[in-house]
Amino acid sequence: MKKLAHGALAGMAALVAMSGAAFAAGPKIDTGDTAWMLTSSALVLLMTIPGLALFYGGMVRRKNVLATMAQSFGATCLMTVLWYIIGYSIAFTNNPDAGLNQLIGGFDNLFLKNMTLNSQTALAGTIPESVYMFFQMTFAIITPALIAGALADRMKYSAFLWFMGLWLIFVYCPVAHWVWGGGWLGAKGALDYAGGSVVHLNAGTAALVTCLVLGKRKGYGTENMAPHNLVLSVIGASLLWVGWFGFNAGSAVTSNVNAGMAAAATQIATATAALSWSFIEWLIAKKPSVLGLISGAVAGLVAITPASGFVDATGAFFIGLAAGAVCYTSSVWVKKWIGYDDALDAWGVHGVGGALGAILTGVFAKNAINSLGKGWLYDGNVAQLGIQGIDILAVFLYSGIVTFIILKLIDLVIGLRVSPEVEVEGLDINLHGETVHG
Amino acid sequence: MKLIMAIIKPFKLDEVREQLSALGVQGMTVTEVKGYGRQKGHTEIYRGAEYAVSFLPKLKIEVAVKSEMAAAVLDAITSKAKTGQIGDGKIFVTPLEQVVRIRTGETDGDAL
Repeated sequence: MKKLAHGALAGMAALVAMSGAAFAAGPKIDTGDTAWMLTSSALVLLMTIPGLALFYGGMVRRKNVLATMAQSFGATCLMTVLWYIIGYSIAFTNNPDAGLNQLIGGFDNLFLKNMTLNSQTALAGTIPESVYMFFQMTFAIITPALIAGALADRMKYSAFLWFMGLWLIFVYCPVAHWVWGGGWLGAKGALDYAGGSVVHLNAGTAALVTCLVLGKRKGYGTENMAPHNLVLSVIGASLLWVGWFGFNAGSAVTSNVNAGMAAAATQIATATAALSWSFIEWLIAKKPSVLGLISGAVAGLVAITPASGFVDATGAFFIGLAAGAVCYTSSVWVKKWIGYDDALDAWGVHGVGGALGAILTGVFAKNAINSLGKGWLYDGNVAQLGIQGIDILAVFLYSGIVTFIILKLIDLVIGLRVSPEVEVEGLDINLHGETVHG
Repeated sequence: MKLIMAIIKPFKLDEVREQLSALGVQGMTVTEVKGYGRQKGHTEIYRGAEYAVSFLPKLKIEVAVKSEMAAAVLDAITSKAKTGQIGDGKIFVTPLEQVVRIRTGETDGDAL
């Protein structure tokens, strides 16, 4: 966990803050930890490209496949460059002003100018800073990219890139700093092992706001908007699942017992959630769809994310069970009742699943699994539920409001949505000048 | 001469073709088509969103034969394409005015 390393090395963090620069000769580099974190970083990158690109690409109509994949790929490239320029500095370095540091990191490390061959960060004591920066970069890539599920089929690519860039800087970086970078939520004791609120609730809330601001797709509810190729989505969901071990087990930031437990919990919760969603759908809609099976798996991955390093196998099982049922309800029924067009259910799966996981982390966290977490069920720590509630509320409100402002600004300057003609004819040919043949 | 056009279930093609070959039919054109009849369509559900798919995939086969063979061909298609379930398809028969084999210029009966 990012917080684990932070807590254990708090003294060192203060030292860094005082000297105002990353130290050149930190504790010894652990080659095992470094190897695992390099692997984890690559695994998390795999989640976005090609994982998310295929998962989302398969679910849209044939005329918008390339545009959807371009969103994942384009976001990957843009987030990488912005993370180098400003993101890492404001999310994961100390702000010299202790008060401000509760809200946002420092500006000393713009363009990664303090990152040297041997530099380390107090947030990750046994690996090079370059590896920690890269690992966190892959989170900064996938989080904004997840939002694309809600805006599919109707947003201009130019507006999308502006949105991604501004959202990274003004939403993701502050929230990541609050919880993992030394900010107020982490200090309050919020438990978020790998990003239930920082990543999934954060992106999911932004997704909900985005689909409300954009409005429904043309022909929503009357036209056939069936996924054009679920085979792509199955491959994508499977890659997400595999990549997620880098996400959750990698969030141990070491190659140790916590990484092992996080991996085991992730596998159990994911499989359970897939079965949970699938059986409920089988019961209600009479057929166990393939889309339901993979949606349930992703819901399980999302919900176990904040809990992964804090819970035992049984905790993971119950979190998976709940994730399948709750995300099925939100994606299939609540969306229909309220009537918003969250095209690929970024809110229904990531927002709802992330919030559910955050609450259940407070329920199932077990001190015997992770000394930094004390939950309600095993350790009698009811107060943790309140802290998790504050975490959820803070991220939901902040992400919702700032996302709304960013979108309105972009809409004012260049417009968010493609013209109705372009939407009907397809984004691939009109925005990118290409189509899928065959 | 007659042009016989039949809409059949895709998985019945091989049986129909074998039977027609046995009858001495020398050629056939097959097209993948979509349509509906009494079978109507079906419903697909994706995360609760229901879509009615009104056109189902079928195969259209076209065979040109001498008039005296038409009855046997109809018989062959009917017996081989039949499952007894709704959606087995239909056969349309129309008179054929002229046939030309492009390679040789042969016409009508010689060209079939």
